[in-house]
Amino acid sequence: MEEMSSWRQRLEHTITAPLLNTSRIYYLWIAFLLVVIGWGVYAFYGQLNDGLIVTDMRDRISWGLYISTFVFFIGISHAGTLISAILRITQARWRTPITRLAEFITVVALSCGAIFVIVDMGRVDRLFNIILYGRWQSPIVWDVLAVTTYLTGSIAYLFLPMIPDMAFLRDRLAGRVSAWRLRLYSILAVGWVGNAAQKRNLGSAMTVAMLLILPIAVSVHTVVSWIFGMTLREPWNSTIFGAFFVAGAIFSGIATLIIVMAILRKIYHLEEYIHEKHFIYLGYMMGAFALIMIYANISEFLTTGYKLEEGVEFHFNQLFREEYAGFYWFYMLGGLVLPGLIILLPWTRNFWGILVAAVFVDAGMWVERYFIVVTGLRVPLMPYEPSSYSPSWVEFSIMAAGFALFALLISIFVKIFPIMAHWEVEEDYELSLASAAPAPPPGAAAEPAGGAN
Amino acid sequence: MKRELKVEKKMMGKNDGGSGASDRDDRPGEPTQPPKVSRRGVLRLFGMAAAGAAPLILLPPVLQKASDAGRVVESQGEPAKGPGGRIRQWTMIIDLRSCDGCQSQGTPPQCTTACVEGHFAPEPMEWIQIFEHELPGGGTQFIPTPCQQCQNPPCVNVCPVAATFSTPEGTVLIDQDRCIGCRICMAACPYDRRFFNWGDPPVPPEALLADYSPEHQVPAKKGTVMKCDFCPDMVRAGTLPFCIQACPNDAIYYGDLEDDVATNGKEIVAASRFLSENQAYRLKEDKGTKPRVYYIPGHGEAVGRDTADEGRLPTEWPWVERVKGAKTWRR
Repeated sequence: MEEMSSWRQRLEHTITAPLLNTSRIYYLWIAFLLVVIGWGVYAFYGQLNDGLIVTDMRDRISWGLYISTFVFFIGISHAGTLISAILRITQARWRTPITRLAEFITVVALSCGAIFVIVDMGRVDRLFNIILYGRWQSPIVWDVLAVTTYLTGSIAYLFLPMIPDMAFLRDRLAGRVSAWRLRLYSILAVGWVGNAAQKRNLGSAMTVAMLLILPIAVSVHTVVSWIFGMTLREPWNSTIFGAFFVAGAIFSGIATLIIVMAILRKIYHLEEYIHEKHFIYLGYMMGAFALIMIYANISEFLTTGYKLEEGVEFHFNQLFREEYAGFYWFYMLGGLVLPGLIILLPWTRNFWGILVAAVFVDAGMWVERYFIVVTGLRVPLMPYEPSSYSPSWVEFSIMAAGFALFALLISIFVKIFPIMAHWEVEEDYELSLASAAPAPPPGAAAEPAGGAN
Repeated sequence: MKRELKVEKKMMGKNDGGSGASDRDDRPGEPTQPPKVSRRGVLRLFGMAAAGAAPLILLPPVLQKASDAGRVVESQGEPAKGPGGRIRQWTMIIDLRSCDGCQSQGTPPQCTTACVEGHFAPEPMEWIQIFEHELPGGGTQFIPTPCQQCQNPPCVNVCPVAATFSTPEGTVLIDQDRCIGCRICMAACPYDRRFFNWGDPPVPPEALLADYSPEHQVPAKKGTVMKCDFCPDMVRAGTLPFCIQACPNDAIYYGDLEDDVATNGKEIVAASRFLSENQAYRLKEDKGTKPRVYYIPGHGEAVGRDTADEGRLPTEWPWVERVKGAKTWRR
């Protein structure tokens, strides 16, 4: 029991430390992010004044960096909710220290992604026309619906498992943090005292949420792909586009989760809870999706390339031999094959290997999103010279601001809310002790013994 | 402490051989697991989800009615009717045998120039554009390409706000007062016939007096999409569109499929006979877009052009130069 209580104290310390102490580096980091965002806002202000002429998009390549960043963000939003729901539904116990982070990445990535559709609009002032005159037949409206539904669902799914933690903070941090923060915790705790009825209700609410969130998550990236798939463009004319995008989304989502986990684990000393095995397990998932992506690419390119219909030859040349070949091969080899190999080979299957693989996956998937959009539009429709597109400084600035906003929201989050689901980690620990009382449990119990003092 | 005791108790329960699941449920402070999911439970959930989603489906039509602007009636003239009271079905027939890209005139294509002048189309928009297409045996043909006015229009299908819409007369128009500038219609159009106002479009003083309607897209509006509107306002008033008036070789016919008649301003033909007897075709028929613009194959032979005479003069936008500080962009 001595050991258990010291384990509890350490957990409580780990959970509350980021909420109580803030270093100077943190403020510098926030200031840096705010500068990047401010610069992006300035660029966007110019774009509002002058129109989209400040970008390098033109009639023939009429979507570019903004739309690909949107697709990428919606992709990494699958990090959270989907992964955490899959793990919950399969009752994978190792999930407990990482679900909170995953769910938060979802909410933040969705919010950031949605901004990019708005940034891409020619008439931001008419945003609400979508609601006033929305047509069910339009993929854009499907998208607005799917993304807002997913965002609502993800916020609910983030909030539900946080209720007991809010109550915990409300009780434990009384007098140690500012009044507004306690007030926030107490509002968000919605009167949680932890009795059996509340626990039962929370359990059913979470089951409902996780059953609903799975089809919603799949639908979101499917309809994102249909923005492209519903047009008469040869490179986008594919029946597997929906499934392909969903697989890519989960793939890049896992990679993003691994990267964010690695960074926060280092900064907030979560090594006791997030072990190498978490990275390796997520690595296995990522490896599986790498294989799915390779398979999807082969079936996509083989069925079109074999027949080489009108426009396909041009598309293949630009992807594999000419303008974009360097990047595209980087995506295929560096973004799909290399991470797959890293996970496959035992001597690279460790924390650093998986982290490097995740970085390659995210870079590769960003490249893929960008080139799906740009090369799809570049195939000439009529007898004219193929257009070119290289994003302007405005586009790069706004994109940088988007990524800075992503980092900023996560940085702020970890200062207000607990990084890990305290009660779930604790419960998991207790369960593992209870279920394997005589022999030490493989994960949780072995660690604190070594890590004590 | 209190919590520890409970765990201890549970551990004891384990050791006693008691089932962990049964005593977990009724003890406060005990860790719970998500309840087991029964099939009925799942079905009920999906039923609830469907019921919850119903308002989402019902909402937009309600909003549309509430805003009283679900339609674009006010910006669109009454459809023109033929003698029998039937609504006209506008069509364009382009005789490629008579099109030499205005090589013989030594000018940029006159149809494009007239359209640009008549509509104050901002540079670099060519609502009717002469594409030069390579022929299989070498040499080229010229293909004047306005908006194809599809009867299965991909652009109308994808527009999120019904800013682009089909009319009873079979044309496709854009309401630039509603367009949100998402440009999905440009991605959807397989004919590259849609143009975006990337910057502040130049507006000449005389255009400021114009009465804007989707059939008369003057003045142009920043951040919205434009294209050939088929000039139904002009033909209803009894004149042919600018491009047809300006064609020196009378290569373009305009007409009404319902009345089976078409004219290039010089002669009047029976549209159906004219199309059939001259092996008329439409662009990218395999796309299933069902255009209202027909082509009669040719390479300008009727006006003495040789297929080997390649090239045409680039389009100009003379009116843009009259606007102070006009901004243009590349295509």
